[in-house]
Amino acid sequence: MQRVGDSLPVKWTLIVLALVLTALVLVVPLIEIVRQALAGGVGELLDNLTNTYTLSAIWLTLLIAVITVPLNVLFGTVLAWLVTRFRFLGRRLLQTLIDIPFAVSPVIAGLVYLLLYGRNGWLGQWLAGYDIQLMFAWPGMVLVTLFVTSPFVARELIPLMQAQGRQEEEAAVSLGARGAQLFYRITLPNIRSGLIYGAILTNARAMGEFGAVSVVSGMINGVTISLPLQVEQLYQDYNTVGSFVSALLLAMLAVLTLVIKGLLEWLAERRQQRHSKVAEDV
Amino acid sequence: MSKPRRILPGFHLSLGIALVYVSIILLLPLGSLVGQLADLSWARYWSIITDPRNLASYRITVLSAALASLFNMLFGLLCAWVLVRYTFPGKRILDALMDLPFALPTAVAGITISTLYASQGAIGQWLGFKVAYSWLGIVVAMAFTSVPFVVRTVQPVLEELPASVDEAAITLGASNAYAFRRVILPFIWPALLTGTGLAFARSLGEYGAVIFVAGNMPYKTEVTSLMVVTRLQEFDYPAAAAIASVVLIASLLLLLVINIYQARFFRRIHGNQHV
Amino acid sequence: MKKASLFTVSRLHGLAPLALALALGGAVVPAAQADTTLTNASFDVARELFAALNKPFIAEWDKQHQDHLVIKQTHAGSSTQARSIIQGLNADVVTFNQTSDIDVIAHAGLIDSNWQQRLPEHSSPFYSTMAFLVRKGNPKHLTSWQDLAEQGVELVFPNPKTSGNGRYTYLGAWASQSALNHNDEANTEAFMRRFLANAVVLDSGGRGATTSFIERGQGDALITFESEARSLAKQYGDKYEVVVPKVDVIAEMPVAWVDASVRKNNSEALAKDYLNYLYTPQAQTIIADHFYRVRNEQVAKQIAGRFPDTHLLNISDVFGSWDSILSTHFASGGKLDQLQRQ
Repeated sequence: MQRVGDSLPVKWTLIVLALVLTALVLVVPLIEIVRQALAGGVGELLDNLTNTYTLSAIWLTLLIAVITVPLNVLFGTVLAWLVTRFRFLGRRLLQTLIDIPFAVSPVIAGLVYLLLYGRNGWLGQWLAGYDIQLMFAWPGMVLVTLFVTSPFVARELIPLMQAQGRQEEEAAVSLGARGAQLFYRITLPNIRSGLIYGAILTNARAMGEFGAVSVVSGMINGVTISLPLQVEQLYQDYNTVGSFVSALLLAMLAVLTLVIKGLLEWLAERRQQRHSKVAEDV
Repeated sequence: MSKPRRILPGFHLSLGIALVYVSIILLLPLGSLVGQLADLSWARYWSIITDPRNLASYRITVLSAALASLFNMLFGLLCAWVLVRYTFPGKRILDALMDLPFALPTAVAGITISTLYASQGAIGQWLGFKVAYSWLGIVVAMAFTSVPFVVRTVQPVLEELPASVDEAAITLGASNAYAFRRVILPFIWPALLTGTGLAFARSLGEYGAVIFVAGNMPYKTEVTSLMVVTRLQEFDYPAAAAIASVVLIASLLLLLVINIYQARFFRRIHGNQHV
Repeated sequence: MKKASLFTVSRLHGLAPLALALALGGAVVPAAQADTTLTNASFDVARELFAALNKPFIAEWDKQHQDHLVIKQTHAGSSTQARSIIQGLNADVVTFNQTSDIDVIAHAGLIDSNWQQRLPEHSSPFYSTMAFLVRKGNPKHLTSWQDLAEQGVELVFPNPKTSGNGRYTYLGAWASQSALNHNDEANTEAFMRRFLANAVVLDSGGRGATTSFIERGQGDALITFESEARSLAKQYGDKYEVVVPKVDVIAEMPVAWVDASVRKNNSEALAKDYLNYLYTPQAQTIIADHFYRVRNEQVAKQIAGRFPDTHLLNISDVFGSWDSILSTHFASGGKLDQLQRQ
């Protein structure tokens, strides 16, 4: 049966148009990064890749992602469960609140953390009494990254869980399913794709965040400089190649996460097909 | 708890976790922003946010963000459509590429775009007009950083559209264009608007990418985020907070509208059984 | 002296919520226990300069002590650095390119207010002035600040609001015109209006402006510190020339130890040693090699001819204190804002 837009001329016009535009908007910049990183030859690229500052920047970037992603996946799931499965006073407000990080310019996000946890902030003063300093050290960078990436998982899950409704879960409960069981057997399979995509986005943003992190980092070489900050630092230093080498690393990390996402989706699809086949056989 | 509505477990636990997390990560820091504002009188606040240079920056920011979102509305719809409806070589790559702007640090995007669109750049040299260092550069940077919003909101909805709907339309003799306009577009319209709205909100606050391509000329190519940073450089936190609050309130209102709209849309297409 | 714990938090006493984060952090960067550290907060384009300066100082220190000295560098715009230090960045010494930015820290009570008297030459071991980087052959014959305000000249310099570089550009143009017309303020303001209107790009920092000029081909002249103009001319070979106008302003590069930090880190002696080292002939030679003008007369004599003779005006003689400069010229609604209004 034919569907709208299935005629060959229309189909290929649209595909070609999409590919050309994507190439212009997204691929050309990517190629430019590779070109700039290789501007000084492979040797210079390797030199920039293996110096201690770059290595410590890679570590820090991974550390931030490793802490941020699980916390925000957990939070996003809990929040999505809360706002899609229950009705309560202030539900809509809560839903809007958690979108705030989308609306706040990252520089402002960094600033508000500095005002709160910095030397003159009231929480900062209190913590200083215990000789704890969060700002200008990696914990501060983790905190602002948590802020900036907090909406991604919830944003993915809420529409999905809203669309799916709660009958399945209610049915399971009436059949005697309990908390964890309910979640792992009923909810999780339904939201898996959204959860993965949310985690991917969180991860990408956590590794790539610049504005907010730059305000609270203090830019101490080899200590509080993450890869995006390194891009900017080296650029300021007239080391264009080094700057684009770090940018290339980030782009590669980004592509890697996207590949992982694709792989997971493919596995999920296969498993589903197998399941339905088993069902048919039975 | 004995209310029939709460059959599902975990209400108190999830409410507790959500409130604690929201308070620590979101509300406390934002409270300090409000604290800065408390140092200002209303008259002073008003005079800061209506400063002619700031007014010019609002106009530039809003217009550029609008144009960028319009581009993304069309481009995002096109990509979502192609990705959902057709199979072709390279489809998975195209799909993956859509998330690139989220993954790429905005500063990198900014530097790269200004290299490409400068008058001797790989793209700029073929254009008869100035893009980098004009307000068009701002539009390009904003458009780039918000590409994924529309694609990723429209895509799932388009996937949900049952094949029978447009098959029926075609069988009844509607042309492709007519069926698209009257049957498909209304179905995806809310998602399209939501995505565009999110792209717009994001563009309003964009700093990292824009700053490299804008040229930053007073009254001509200064965006509002730059005005905030400028005030920070002057160590004038209250004024920075005041200007930031304008962007914040505008974006929040936008998000609130989107959320209400989204909820109504889900009620409409799924009936009233859900929240 | 501060014993290196890479993160300040690792000194906290068993606070449960952070335990996990700590464990992770400890795994990532094992702290080098026995090192003595000094943190130097510096301006954004001085990374290579201080990398060169730190090497001999560390070698000397290591020779005289049992443990190893690590100097941690942090580089950013000096206003950004000042803001970070006020909010808690634990830097032992600051080496800035803006006197006013150290004043800001002093106002916050973290540096003694008489810091300029604590070291020789108002605590400024080296200085620079403003220069124009023009394209080969200087096709528009730009040799003075006045030439830059002529019609049809396109200028690139960073935003005076967001960068020290841009601030000195503004002050240099103002001071030279003011010297020419014997302080006729109306005339100077008309001149500044033309000058500012000739700007084609106002990048937020020095590096952005350089990129606009060199890589994007914007403008006829890039206005920046002489040190930077010279190192650019060296890097890009024979495509550009450096012009230093006959009348110009001194841009002092001030240094200070941060009293609050050195007390906390117990690093006062080391910080003072380090800053005093910057005045030694050895350090001054390194500084001069990075195209900054130096105070030491012997070194200055050795490199005579490297820098053109210029009548250098003192900022404070022309404009008064930095506090009044900031409030009159650069604050919101100040002279700069008025002159840019259309």
